[in-house]
Amino acid sequence: MEELLEVTKTLINVSAMIAIIGVSFSVMLLLYRAIKGPSSPDRAVALDVIGINIMALAGIIAILLVSTQFNDVILLIGILLFIGTIALAKFLEKGVIIERDMD
Amino acid sequence: MTRTNDLILRTTTALIAFILLGFSVYLFFAGHNKPGGGFIGGLMASAALVLMNMAYGLNVIRKVIPVNFLYMIFTGLIIAVGTGVGAFLFNAPFLTQNFGYFQLPILGRTELATALLFDLGVYLTVIGVTMTIILTVADDREED
Repeated sequence: MEELLEVTKTLINVSAMIAIIGVSFSVMLLLYRAIKGPSSPDRAVALDVIGINIMALAGIIAILLVSTQFNDVILLIGILLFIGTIALAKFLEKGVIIERDMD
Repeated sequence: MTRTNDLILRTTTALIAFILLGFSVYLFFAGHNKPGGGFIGGLMASAALVLMNMAYGLNVIRKVIPVNFLYMIFTGLIIAVGTGVGAFLFNAPFLTQNFGYFQLPILGRTELATALLFDLGVYLTVIGVTMTIILTVADDREED
């Protein structure tokens, strides 16, 4: 029984490390798109997906550290990301983020 | 130029603004024992307000939420100082905090601390400052 517990612990640790490496690789590819991206919408989408990857990283690190305190942080990143992306999209499309009158 | 149609943005805002406000209230009350507190709760509430402003425009939101955010800063600071001065009534030093256990109708036995009132002051001040900054920057056109 003890042995099974140890095996499960190493299994979770190893798979979390593999997932962290995968997500980090994808963040690096997205950074390439964010730096190189020919147009502004390319960069906006790349930044959006980088944020989603950071949410995933926070989740995996919460598993590694065996803690539930990261759950609020993940939700927070998601919300701020959503608002930031909407602001960027409005700026790219309309030139203003908060309009006075929209009818 | 034809007007762009942002039906999707408005519909999702109607849903998400409520979720954001609920999350902000949750963070505000969770601050005693978990991550959260007045500062981040206030930031979340102002994020919801900014989202509504982005989706519906300044004038509509000014009619829906007729709040002068400068007065909100004032109220928050008064509440925060008031909890500090209130300690003098009980012959305690400035900003002394206390707590007690009360039997509430639905929640059962709950710990109520006066630190919550101080946090409420922080919450209102953060909303007021953030919204004042953002709305002042957004509303910088000349008056016509």
